[in-house]
Amino acid sequence: MNEDVKMAPYEPVVLAFTCNWCSYRAADLAGTARIKYPPNVRLVRLMCSGRIDPTFVLKAFASGADGVMMTGCWPADCHYRVQNVKALRRFELLRRVLEQLGIEPERFQRFYASAAEGQQLAAEFSRMIEVVRPLGPLSWGRLPDVAPDLEALGQDDAQADLVALEAVG
Amino acid sequence: MSVNGKYRFAMYWAASCGGCDISVINLHEAILDLAERFDIVFWPAVMDAKYADVAAMPDGSIDLTLFSGGIRNTENAELARLLRRKSAILVAFGSCATEGCIPGLANLTSTGDLLDLVYEGPSMDNPEHIRPVSHTTMPEGDLHLPALEPLLRTLDQVVEVDYRMPGCPPETERIAEVLGLLTAALDGKATLPARGSVVGAGHSTVCDECRRDRGVKHVTAFGRLHELPPLDPALCLLEQSVPCNGPATRDGCGAKCPLAGAPCIGCYGPADGVVDFGARLLSAFASVVDASEPAEIDRILDGLPDPVGQFYRFSLAGSLLRGGRAARTSQPPTATPATTPAPAMATHGATR
Repeated sequence: MNEDVKMAPYEPVVLAFTCNWCSYRAADLAGTARIKYPPNVRLVRLMCSGRIDPTFVLKAFASGADGVMMTGCWPADCHYRVQNVKALRRFELLRRVLEQLGIEPERFQRFYASAAEGQQLAAEFSRMIEVVRPLGPLSWGRLPDVAPDLEALGQDDAQADLVALEAVG
Repeated sequence: MSVNGKYRFAMYWAASCGGCDISVINLHEAILDLAERFDIVFWPAVMDAKYADVAAMPDGSIDLTLFSGGIRNTENAELARLLRRKSAILVAFGSCATEGCIPGLANLTSTGDLLDLVYEGPSMDNPEHIRPVSHTTMPEGDLHLPALEPLLRTLDQVVEVDYRMPGCPPETERIAEVLGLLTAALDGKATLPARGSVVGAGHSTVCDECRRDRGVKHVTAFGRLHELPPLDPALCLLEQSVPCNGPATRDGCGAKCPLAGAPCIGCYGPADGVVDFGARLLSAFASVVDASEPAEIDRILDGLPDPVGQFYRFSLAGSLLRGGRAARTSQPPTATPATTPAPAMATHGATR
């Protein structure tokens, strides 16, 4: 690996789920209005925040995301009537699970943005990145060191096992 | 196959309670059919056997191995690898081997805290603060014990498995079916199920097996059985505000618990198509909460005081996140100094 790459300062990665009708339009508006927000945010567009399966959030954390943001329409503004409220309930329940697992609440946040609120959404992205940055990498994808000597043993042949196991009786 | 024309059978328990072995023994007379067709070459729960005997067997010579229990220490891991190599068909048997089960809940706790609780908990008298170590030098020689690993792993997180059989423990009738099917397949009279598939269970959810009536659910307060008024015996438990894990749990058990008036606790693991049991169940529970204001939602969710225990009681180790941060960041407590010579004694985990 290139030395420069290794020495690069830590940049958090935040996955933001957006809904097709409001928050994605807001992000789009931020783009066309040339409002800047950090490139650390990766957007995923779904039809509705109600489509956000908690599995997506867990998979994001397990795959190396440092933070996850759920965004969607304001209550009563949902294109699918009440699905954003269901998303809110899932968020509240998932938040409790993540907290119990030891993931800081700052890493999992939600935000409402209407299609006109590009400025607010960009500001929220910037704010979340700065909240997540001091927490450092979550590194959930990397498992702790589980007895690497035994990994090597897996390569051994039956004879080596026999020697090892004779000692046990 | 043995010289006497029987297939060779093994069963092992790693980090488990032994309930899976009991469930197999519960075959009663049918256990004789098992003995009729299989030579039991290794089964520590029911007969004496030495690991060295297994190691001396030719690779792939055990026709069928049922492996119960999770991988919690170096001995478990080594036996998993050994039995994988020696077995033609390796079945992850029971909830511990397939998804971690109750021992997997220790993945919420660092190994340090775990040992503190076990060795100096309220019921312990341990004035010398004795802890297990994987390597001890005594006048008579070196002693070795398996080392605890930081996380409990499921069998398929350590070695490839051919089939998964869920349940805590698997129901005896299902075991008989699976043994019958695998024997027929070994005889060439049936085809083996697809490699990696779930055997001895259904493909839907416990709700599908449950005969209670289901309607629209509006939960305004979750409650435990002793906190609720007498329940309607014919109506869905979740509809009556009891947190029942049926919606995410694989069928195959016969929905025994909900039909007896106790909520499903999810021991048969995730249903077909469910990646993460807890995520699916959490979605289902969030959908029946009858509130739209954050404060009201919070109040109702407070009725689930232990969310991880509710959603991951059996499946934490096999879930996407596999455990809590405390366990993931804990170091092996019994690591021995690097200067220790490394004899081929890895069974006892002291070769670091």
